[in-house]
Amino acid sequence: MAEKELKDALAGLESGPQVTPTGAAPRGEPAATEPPSVRALRARFGAAVLHHTVHAQDEHVVYVVAEQLVEVMRWLRHDPEQCYDLLKDLTAVDYGAGRPLEVLYELWSVPLRQGLRVKVSLPLHALEVDSVEPIWKTANWLEREAWDMFGIRFRGHPDLRRILLPEDYAEGHPLRKDFPLRGRFSRAEQTRRALARADESSYTPHELAVLQVEPEPAAADDEGPQGAGR
Amino acid sequence: MSTKSVEFLVRRTPELGMDGRPVQVPVLPDGMVPELHGEHMLINIGPQHPATHGVLRLVLELDGETVVKCTPHIGYLHSSFEKLGEYRTWNQVIPLTDRMDYLAPLIYNCAYAMAVEKLMGIEVTERCKVVRVICMELDRIFSHLLWVGTTAIDIGAFTVFLYTFQERERIYDLHEAFTGARITTSSTRIGGMMADLPSGWIEALRDFVDTLPKTLDETEALLTRNNLWVGRNKDIGVISGADALDWGLTGPNLRASGVAYDIRRDRPYYDYDSYDFDVVTGEQGDCYDRYLVRMEEMRQSLRILDQAIRRLPGGPINVGDPRLILPGKTDLMSDMESMIHHFKVVMEGVKAPADESWFSVESSKGELGMYVVSDGGSKPVRWRVRGPSFINLSALPKMVEGHLLSDVIAINASIDIVLGEIDR
Repeated sequence: MAEKELKDALAGLESGPQVTPTGAAPRGEPAATEPPSVRALRARFGAAVLHHTVHAQDEHVVYVVAEQLVEVMRWLRHDPEQCYDLLKDLTAVDYGAGRPLEVLYELWSVPLRQGLRVKVSLPLHALEVDSVEPIWKTANWLEREAWDMFGIRFRGHPDLRRILLPEDYAEGHPLRKDFPLRGRFSRAEQTRRALARADESSYTPHELAVLQVEPEPAAADDEGPQGAGR
Repeated sequence: MSTKSVEFLVRRTPELGMDGRPVQVPVLPDGMVPELHGEHMLINIGPQHPATHGVLRLVLELDGETVVKCTPHIGYLHSSFEKLGEYRTWNQVIPLTDRMDYLAPLIYNCAYAMAVEKLMGIEVTERCKVVRVICMELDRIFSHLLWVGTTAIDIGAFTVFLYTFQERERIYDLHEAFTGARITTSSTRIGGMMADLPSGWIEALRDFVDTLPKTLDETEALLTRNNLWVGRNKDIGVISGADALDWGLTGPNLRASGVAYDIRRDRPYYDYDSYDFDVVTGEQGDCYDRYLVRMEEMRQSLRILDQAIRRLPGGPINVGDPRLILPGKTDLMSDMESMIHHFKVVMEGVKAPADESWFSVESSKGELGMYVVSDGGSKPVRWRVRGPSFINLSALPKMVEGHLLSDVIAINASIDIVLGEIDR
């Protein structure tokens, strides 16, 4: 490799790889033209639509007010010109340093072949947003996962329990940036808790009712009420 | 047991009389049904059960033999891959991806690399595109072959398993020749592949593509018109197209319900729109259609593989950007600057611009989405996987409730889940 080329490359390591030129808008900036869905959203909901950005060349993101999320989503799902009938993904991002969490909804319209990402920002002291489970059934497990991993409460969810971690997991919500990689408790404490788990904690309240077993009262040191929103 | 389920049983397993005609088992007329509605029973299937394909636990509430309520309990294999990814550089995440879906590891490798490349704004070389298409289609067959074999075992046909695993063994060999590993391939890198195809590999692949149809024909001869197979699968686990979309089903499960949604067609990547293949759909949305769709998809994948082998261009497999790609081994050992270059790329990692990207490919199980967020550093702020199995499994209660206990096994097998990706 030519020496100069290599020098450039080493200097360039700081800035990351070279972008293949495509002539698209620069990253993360408001696009010059808004896609039809965003224009229609602005026309209908006005102030509920906060702003619109473009990411990775062609991914359109709309930030909406959390209070009007369900209203906006229901319209996006049922309006014949939007028709976002597939909720592809629902998850959250924690940027750390006390910044608000973002919940994102990745939508796709199968008949119209168009996609849109809707986001809401939630400040750390009020991690609550309305559930979109009545609109897309997919949201049932995805919202449970977001609750499990980030501690976001989805109001109106029919069965908001932890999904990947056990219901009596007491160390918090692992994908938050303030959660240490190996957990909050010592290995000894984690083992003790795993061995001391009651059989009843492996069943949902409904299943315990079928078994005619009374659910165990929540342990005093667990954070929050068990299975909130139930 | 209710009257309805008695009729259901009679229709499905007719007893043959002396004259070879089904014996009509009398169903008690209304009003004469004995009062058998007692307590509901709760049973656990799993987490250690061969028919759950991993460590899935299903808690079933039964009324007699009829499923009233089904609750999947997952998380027994939780490894917090997404959290681990936040502590690794962009390239170091790749080994985590194939440990999610070890039944189609190359698809996961490719999907992750493609999402990060989109985030960084890199376009890979033409040769790399075709090689990745070959990888993804090969692993689609890899995964569907396992599905046919294990589903047949779940339902009680053992021979098919031997037929399909013999073919899978040949794909394992292809994996091994290309990547050095049989399951945990980790073969992609940001901006290209770990290595170019070894010599003789394309010929071996060509041989595989030419001979697999014979095994597929044999498998279909064993199953498609098999009375037991049809009886266990037809009209079982029916889900309509509208319901399937509502529950977020994707891939063969959605297409079996008649919705022709295939990302390779609807939002093409890697010139999939220039390949000639059909999007296979079913009509009934039952277990049998899901079987037919997967069998036909393997044949379509063979068509794509055939075209990809023909069009495989020469040239470099990696992009020519030294900020992304390591220097060659000879340079590294003989040239000081290359050594420094190698050191810096490995130790500091590749930096990605502060941006985000949600990118999805059509995996063997459905839509596989990768969401990557960067703050401008060499590690992801968030790496999220939209696992198709996770979302397909969430629709299982919808499909099994009202069916018999033995159908739960057939339905659970038909949606093709892999627990490594569900539990992550």
